[in-house]
Amino acid sequence: MPAVSKGDGMRGLAVFISDIRNCKSKEAEIKRINKELANIRSKFKGDKALDGYSKKKYVCKLLFIFLLGHDIDFGHMEAVNLLSSNKYTEKQIGYLFISVLVNSNSELIRLINNAIKNDLSSRNPTFMCLALHCIANVGSREMAEAFAGEIPRILVAGDTMDSVKQSAALCLLRLYKTSPDLVLMGEWTSRVVHLLNDQHMGVVTAAISLITCLSQKNPDEFKTCVSLAVSRLSRIVSSASTDLQDYTYYFVPAPWLSCKLLRLLQCYPPPEDGAVKGRLVECLETILNKAQEPPKSKKVQHSNAKNAILFEAISLIIHYDSEPNLLVRACNQLGQFLQHRETNLRYLALESMCTLASSEFSHEAVKTHIETVINALKTERDVSVRQRAADLLYAMCDRSNAKQIVAEMLSYLETADYSIREEMVLKVAILAEKYAVDYSWYVDTILNLIRIAGDYVSEEVWYRVIQIVINRDDVQGYAAKTVFEALQAPACHENMVKVGGYILGEFGNLIAGDPRSSPLVQFNLLHSKFHLCSVPTRALLLSAYIKFINLFPETKSTIQEVLRSDSQIRNSDVELQQRAVEYLKLSSIASTDVLATVLEEMPPFPERESSILAKLKKKKGPGAVSVNELEEGKREGELNGGGERSGDNSAIAASNASTPSPSADLLGLRTVPPVAAAAPSAGSLLVDVFSEAGVNDDGFLRDLEPPTESSDSLLAEGPGDSDSAPPSVVSEDPAPPLPESNELLNKFVCKNNGVLFENQLLQIGIKSEYRQNLGRMYLFYGNKTSVQFVTFTTTVSCPGELQSQLNVQTKQVEPLIEGGAQVQQVINIECLTDFCDAPLLNIKFRYGGALQNLSLKLPVTINKFFQPTEMASHDFFQRWKQLSQPQQEAQKIFKANHAMDTEVLKAKLLGLGMALLENVDPNPENFVCAGVIQTKAQQVGSLLRLEPNAQAQMYRLTVRSSKDTVSKRLCELLAEQF
Amino acid sequence: MIKFLLMVNKQGQTRLSKYYEQVELGKRAALEADVVRGCLARRKEECSFVEYKDYKLVYRQYAALFIVVGISENENELSIYELVHNFVEVLDKYFSRVSELDVSFTSKNTYYVLLTKLV
Repeated sequence: MPAVSKGDGMRGLAVFISDIRNCKSKEAEIKRINKELANIRSKFKGDKALDGYSKKKYVCKLLFIFLLGHDIDFGHMEAVNLLSSNKYTEKQIGYLFISVLVNSNSELIRLINNAIKNDLSSRNPTFMCLALHCIANVGSREMAEAFAGEIPRILVAGDTMDSVKQSAALCLLRLYKTSPDLVLMGEWTSRVVHLLNDQHMGVVTAAISLITCLSQKNPDEFKTCVSLAVSRLSRIVSSASTDLQDYTYYFVPAPWLSCKLLRLLQCYPPPEDGAVKGRLVECLETILNKAQEPPKSKKVQHSNAKNAILFEAISLIIHYDSEPNLLVRACNQLGQFLQHRETNLRYLALESMCTLASSEFSHEAVKTHIETVINALKTERDVSVRQRAADLLYAMCDRSNAKQIVAEMLSYLETADYSIREEMVLKVAILAEKYAVDYSWYVDTILNLIRIAGDYVSEEVWYRVIQIVINRDDVQGYAAKTVFEALQAPACHENMVKVGGYILGEFGNLIAGDPRSSPLVQFNLLHSKFHLCSVPTRALLLSAYIKFINLFPETKSTIQEVLRSDSQIRNSDVELQQRAVEYLKLSSIASTDVLATVLEEMPPFPERESSILAKLKKKKGPGAVSVNELEEGKREGELNGGGERSGDNSAIAASNASTPSPSADLLGLRTVPPVAAAAPSAGSLLVDVFSEAGVNDDGFLRDLEPPTESSDSLLAEGPGDSDSAPPSVVSEDPAPPLPESNELLNKFVCKNNGVLFENQLLQIGIKSEYRQNLGRMYLFYGNKTSVQFVTFTTTVSCPGELQSQLNVQTKQVEPLIEGGAQVQQVINIECLTDFCDAPLLNIKFRYGGALQNLSLKLPVTINKFFQPTEMASHDFFQRWKQLSQPQQEAQKIFKANHAMDTEVLKAKLLGLGMALLENVDPNPENFVCAGVIQTKAQQVGSLLRLEPNAQAQMYRLTVRSSKDTVSKRLCELLAEQF
Repeated sequence: MIKFLLMVNKQGQTRLSKYYEQVELGKRAALEADVVRGCLARRKEECSFVEYKDYKLVYRQYAALFIVVGISENENELSIYELVHNFVEVLDKYFSRVSELDVSFTSKNTYYVLLTKLV
């Protein structure tokens, strides 16, 4: 590094800077800068050629002005000129200016590249370094194109100076990050890996950053670095505190290098070679031992550096997760830090321990620190440390300590910082559910949660408690009693009112025997909260009231009175008004039998994973969530594939199906039309619960437009009465695809013929055949009613990029389908290149005056274009190995959705279109398949391996193909099949 | 991985910034202001690591000057913490007793030190 003497000329610059510093106001500063800019501009434009010194000075001034936050739009050319100077300081300023100011798209790049090229080949180490720094700092694609081939050569050349090697390694790393496709290590790989053995510690430090990044992408190619890294690490760890001279930091030998080595090792599984592994374990033990030794220096820097290595070593131990002895030692070490007086250490210890908690070997050891952690949660003065403590409590929780932990978290919630309350609430809710032994404890916990932190209880939490109460009849009575008691508090949170309204509406009868909670008392209690609540809650309460009428006929008159009052029946909110009107009518017209059926108790919810978990994960990285839960989360993602809404719709459909007669009867009564629409919403409070959020904007519409099925049944009953159909608010635009259309798509992955869709009006059958990259699909539209469909039109469209991937042609069908008739449509499909999405089929027709509009996904999936390929075991494995790049492989581990019957599996795999290869996999339980996907653009060979695990009821599916998108898509499709 | 390094004084003026990731100029100002506010608000006894959006911030205070490093989630916090100190020591040697004024007056030199140290 050249010394900068204070009198290094450039007096003009110093004067300018002190002028600026002396400016009293912003205006004065701007004035001074503008004056200077004008001066520089005229100097640059002037006829007189500037000498290097003045150019340097002016460029420096520009740089300074830029750094003060002003835009600079000239001077780039002069800076580029400085690059070709032979004076170090001038060149340096030129490069500095370019690194700071020239963005990667500048047109000047070509000129700059030329100057850099000259410097790189100059063999002057300082110039080479400057050039490399500039490449690294700009790091544009053009630069990568120009120099990516050159730099590896400089990096491994024998005669390159150490400092240049260092810069070259870092420069290459930067280029690799911006344009990985241009940096090809190939022949250089092994020589780059051997830089780990370099004499010069600086080179090793720089090289290791490069190797870490490269080996994350191509772990196999760089495998040899593991043993080299281990031996390097062991040399550093065992060296005396002064051996490494410049690289010793406060008596700690090469701390940053050690950290980097440990990090590199975390890219790989534990070494297989026993000797290497032994040596590594020895290193890790030494590091752990050193933590116990008395410090060599009192300075905080010494212990920080030492602990940095220690934490990295612990990360590695956790990553390996295979050495129980080390894991427990790591845990004990962290336990000591938990009580350390350095806040930083406490924070880090809590954080590391969180990951330790999920290892089976150390979970118990972590649990022994529970008191300390709880104490940290209570007394720690720093919110981020408290947050870590809460995370750790969450991670260490299991059945044995759940009650204690949940209680502690609840009591902490009362004083918790606002920033972390919502997350805490979610965590408490999850733990309470996960480890609930008896559900009354669960109900208590959640109600407490709402009481303490009602504002932070998201919808998911209270939906969930209702789901659970409805699905478990042993807790319903208790829940009703508890909410009743909770509601008696003079001020209770709106969420409590919601839960209360819902639960009493369903199960209020279970506590009605007690005169203290007689029906009327219950109703009055609920209604006393009514006026303080927001519209969605009021809507929910109205639904609860109508349920009361059914549960307790004696309340009927009181409730009708309420519904009839102006504040309800003339409410300015349409949703409330509509409910009041409908419920009032329903209660006065329908017979008790009908009421009992319509307002029957909710059917149990389909068992599904908690949506709270998903919410928590969205909020926060999976850091605090154990692997186990992640698995669950994944499955949940698949289950709820189309998002919450789809689940709800199917639930609505189910509840409609269970009570078909009342809605028909209601229609028969020919009452006010909307009542029919109200039936499903009254019949299933579920609609209310789940549409709360959107009530104000679309709730009304949804009520007018009940789910397709019910509107069909409505029409099917009275085809003549087209005027009683709901007002046609359906737009002419193609409807969005039905929520279940993905599911329908999955049904056809392994088969070509069948019924694609069916409702009360229409049935769509499908027959298809595929050859090479071509396919033909026959669609059969059957009119199930006795009335004709008019203006029947279908359109097939390819959304988004699918347009360029598939070529789909259809002929229009007859616009008229007579009752009971069937028409056929042929669709020709050509696969141009591989694709992921499916084409959309939109169908529109008028039936009795009402426009029907529905969209489906056509079951055209990439596997339809498979051609089976038979091959012998030897060939298969050879090809399998050839497809070894990580992106060529897609893997999924998933739970079996169907029985694991070998014959069924075989049939499905054959249906997939690949060849099922016998006697290939050494394990006869496993299935392997091979096939080639034919597209117009290319052929994509694919290999598949399915490993069932009957005991765990899980599958592991691995797909390898020459194209990464294909592997991914195939894997997605297949994971839904078994 | 280090995402950015800032040197900011107590008044919230940025004395030096270095980004190792493309961040638009307009967004930088907002980011810097946000980061500084976050660090200034913290007390001595609180720990030196703050979670901020996708980053983790590691900061150290030297008199009125804060040095804040934004790192990715998986980076070793303590090693960065000490790296900052090491950086300051180098600056100290280079300028023979470094002060905020040195950094702001001769930013090009500071940049240079930074470049050679970190790239």
